[in-house]
Order: sequence, then C-alpha cells, then structure tokens
Amino acid sequence: MTLEYIPLVFMLVFGFGIATVFMYLSEILGAKRSTKEKNTTYESGMTPFKTARDRFSVKFYLVAMLFLVFDIEIVFMYPWAVQFKQLGSTGFIAMMLFIVLLLSGYIYVIKKGALKWD
Amino acid sequence: MDLVGLAFYFLAALIVISAAIVVFSKNIMYSAFSLMFTFFGVAGLYVLLNADFLAVTQIMVYIGGILVLIIFGVMLTTRITGVDVKSNSLGKIQVGIAGLLSTIIAISLIVVFSSTKWFLSEPKVSGDSTKLIGNELLTNYLLAFEAASVLLLIAIIGAAFIARRK
Repeated sequence: MTLEYIPLVFMLVFGFGIATVFMYLSEILGAKRSTKEKNTTYESGMTPFKTARDRFSVKFYLVAMLFLVFDIEIVFMYPWAVQFKQLGSTGFIAMMLFIVLLLSGYIYVIKKGALKWD
Repeated sequence: MDLVGLAFYFLAALIVISAAIVVFSKNIMYSAFSLMFTFFGVAGLYVLLNADFLAVTQIMVYIGGILVLIIFGVMLTTRITGVDVKSNSLGKIQVGIAGLLSTIIAISLIVVFSSTKWFLSEPKVSGDSTKLIGNELLTNYLLAFEAASVLLLIAIIGAAFIARRK
C-alpha cells in the first residue's frame, strides 16, 4: 500500500532538489553587478517608510481563527463528498444540518460585525 | 532495511531534529517555521500507518491553519526582533519545574513503551480510508458528526465574541 506513495516521495525530493540546486546555481553562476537602484527594497517600487517587522493588528488573528473553523468544516465535508452517491439523501440531509449550523455561526459573525475592518 | 523502515527513520529524524530546533532556537520565528517540518513529518508517519485521510487532515489543519495562527501570534507580540522573545527566557524556578515535569513524563513514557506488549499486525482495513471514514461518519457515527458541527459553532461564536467585546 505504501508503494502508492512513491510518486509523492519523488515529487518531494525533486521539488526540494530543483529549488535548492537552482538557488545555489544562480548564486554561483549569476552575475553580480550591483547598483544603488538594485539594492533598494522594492526595485522600481515604493520606498519603504518604516520597519516591516511591526506589530500586526489583532483583526488578522480573528480572520485566521474563523478561517481555521471553516477549514475544519472542509475536512468534514471531504469524506462525505467522496461517498456522496452511496450515502444518498440521508447523508445529504445530515450534511445540510452540519452546514446550516455552521452557517448560523457565520451569520452571527457578520451580524456581530466581526469581519468589519474598523 | 526495507523501504518503509527507511522512510520511517527519515521521518523520525526529521521530526526529532525540527522539534529540537523549535525548542532550542533563540529566534521564536525560526521555532514557528521549524514546527512546519515537525507537522510534515507527523503527516508522513500517518501515511506509514495507513491513515492517509488523517495525513491530509494533518497537513490541512495543522500546517494550513494552526501554524498560520501561531505565526500570527508571533507577529502580534511586541519586540519580534528583540532578544526578549525566545523560548529559553525563563526563570530558574520555571526551568526547574518544567524540567521535573518533563523528566516524569519521559520516564513514564519509557516505562510504558518498554512494558507494553506490542502487536505488529497487518492493517485490517486496506484501500481508501477516506471512503470508509465517509461511510462510517455519516451512518454509525452521525451523532458525533453533528456534535462536531455544534463544537465548531461554539468556536465561531467564541472567536467573534472575544474579538469584538464592546
């Protein structure tokens, strides 16, 4: 059974290998003609006006927490979707109950204004 | 050594080394990123245990969700670049208590590991575990399935309530 995962192992090894090799090849073989413009943070972009390692707003955390909840919902939906035809209408009703419960939570979040940015 | 054994030792080494980096790294951001490799290694162990759905769940929830939350948590703290944020900035008493607790847990784990009679059997279920989980979850374990949605609902309401307390 585990032999099914050989392609995955190959993909990981080649992905990691190619990324590493190309990174070091460009480091070794690439030309290094540094100019003042090239050394700016965003070449041809805006000039940074303060540090990037600043504190982030706590609002990001709320969005991330809500994302996690719906991420777990997807995990529950996946085995249902695989067996959708076999489970029939009973499974459909059970899943709809699951979704409606989470939808009520989503409506609560919107009504509460938790997704408003300011 | 067969291929599965080789994969196991590779994953075990990956988990132990990256977990050691999580604990001993002076920079908490390096710890957070190293945790990603620990989670990946654990997902690989699930694959070796024939639990492929659990492995995908591990990657989706732990790497895609919880790790992002942890990194957000690091970025929300003050002095990310400062030397204060590191895992070993503890007092002597805390280190003593934590060391004692860890030693007790380690000893009990070793005792359990060495006294248990391990059964090495072939997996009873073979094939696609996702299909089996889908069947079981929506027939025999339907109540637990719906209870999980209530639990997620509580999590949503709690998150919105705490973040928007006015």
